[in-house]
Amino acid sequence: MLAVRNVTAGYGDFNALFDVSLEVRAGEAVAVIGPNGAGKTTLLRVISKIIEPKRGELTFEGASLAPLRPHVVVSRGIAHVPENRRLFPRLTAEENLRMGAYTSRHQYAARLEEVYALFPRLKERRAQVAGTLSGGEQQMCAIARALMSRPKLLLLDEPSAGLAPVVVQSIFELVRRICAEGYTVLIVEQNIRQVLKVVERAYLLEAGRIVRSGSAAQLLAAPEIQKAYLGL
Amino acid sequence: MSDIFDIYLLEAVLNGLLLGGLFALLSLGLNLVFGVIDVVWICYAELIMCGMYGVYYLHVQYHWPLLLAMAASVGIVAFLGWLLHQFVIRPVLNAEPINQLLVTGGVLFFLQAAATLVFGIEFRNLGVTLPSVRLGEMSFSAARLVAFGAALGGVIALYLFLTRTYLGTAIRAISQDRAIMPLMGVDPARIFALTSALGGALAGLGACLLVLQYDVHPAIGLSFGPITFLICVLGGLGNMVGGFIAAFVFAQFIAVGGFFFAVEWGYVIAFVFFIAVMFWRPRGILGK
Repeated sequence: MLAVRNVTAGYGDFNALFDVSLEVRAGEAVAVIGPNGAGKTTLLRVISKIIEPKRGELTFEGASLAPLRPHVVVSRGIAHVPENRRLFPRLTAEENLRMGAYTSRHQYAARLEEVYALFPRLKERRAQVAGTLSGGEQQMCAIARALMSRPKLLLLDEPSAGLAPVVVQSIFELVRRICAEGYTVLIVEQNIRQVLKVVERAYLLEAGRIVRSGSAAQLLAAPEIQKAYLGL
Repeated sequence: MSDIFDIYLLEAVLNGLLLGGLFALLSLGLNLVFGVIDVVWICYAELIMCGMYGVYYLHVQYHWPLLLAMAASVGIVAFLGWLLHQFVIRPVLNAEPINQLLVTGGVLFFLQAAATLVFGIEFRNLGVTLPSVRLGEMSFSAARLVAFGAALGGVIALYLFLTRTYLGTAIRAISQDRAIMPLMGVDPARIFALTSALGGALAGLGACLLVLQYDVHPAIGLSFGPITFLICVLGGLGNMVGGFIAAFVFAQFIAVGGFFFAVEWGYVIAFVFFIAVMFWRPRGILGK
């Protein structure tokens, strides 16, 4: 579904990704794991066209993403939950969801019901201003906003960042349910132990390069990952 | 004696209310543009001037029906707002705020000079006189009543647009987080252009209401520009609710101050009040 081939990208003279290749197949849940500053966020930004790659190519459902301007990527079926959630703090939860449906407004009412079914808590909080939601609720709202466009591919950038441990559990539970609903998910995470329990496959990104890939079970069992990231 | 005193005071308060409605409408467009695009249109009142000339020429020279001339002028000023954004603001969107002020200040002088060249320095009058409305012993200008009603209508229509539609919600959202709008499938450049046209349309509506009460001349902007800007600052620049409240407060100072002293004193008192508020809350009544 999504293919990233030999992508090099960065900001100005600084490169954050070097010759990165990866693939996500329809229906899959794939993670890109790695430490802070490895280039995970940059990778998602390249996929949703917020930054242009310097080299390499991206294809989605067989078509190149190269000619697309950033705001048309959503209507191609890629929704991006950005780092730090980035809700509109002074809009209500429901208005945030409305923004997520900007390109698919004709099916807004039906989508809203589906998304509320997945996030009953948001339905209770629908009229509340997003900036006053708890951290976990904000993350739910950010994911729900992305789901409003009924994306074929959901990009999640560190959904567990900055949340209390017990809330982290519930967010990963949610991600598991979203995968079970049949969405294709590419998730970027530092919380390696948790995310590998949710996804099927993963890539390990270090200093801008993919250094390992394999099934979640393989990576969980890999000695260097256990040593460097899981403290075993 | 005391009865008469009270009724004239009441008249002043009600006139202040009517004036406040007009001020509220004038401040709305400027506030909308600043709140969304983060650029102050120093030349806002000159856009109003263009709209007033539009109504005057279409109605008086070309004999269009007044309402049609007004509708066309709203459209013309909306287009001017769009032009202003595309050709003047857009190139300096990421420049220093002082440069943004300077370019719109340049447009102010450009429009003033262009109007002097094209229309001359004569004061031009629509020649429409609306009667005054008597209520007991009080009298009100019908033009002010119409302006108040239209201003209130404009405020309500804008409120509904901003809260009930996708586009309106996007306009509010973009002022909160410009960078992620593309992730929502929204092209920020398009929203900016649209907001500018909308700001222009509000200036055009203000022009229609002002031209009913005042003569047009190339420097008319100076009579309303500073007040409009001060009201926006008083309410908290970019805060439309604050601007709305400030418009009525400011108008009351002018009207009631003018009642107790002289009309000119009304303005003096209002500006002293403005300066005092700036000491107390430099970012305005509802500013953050």
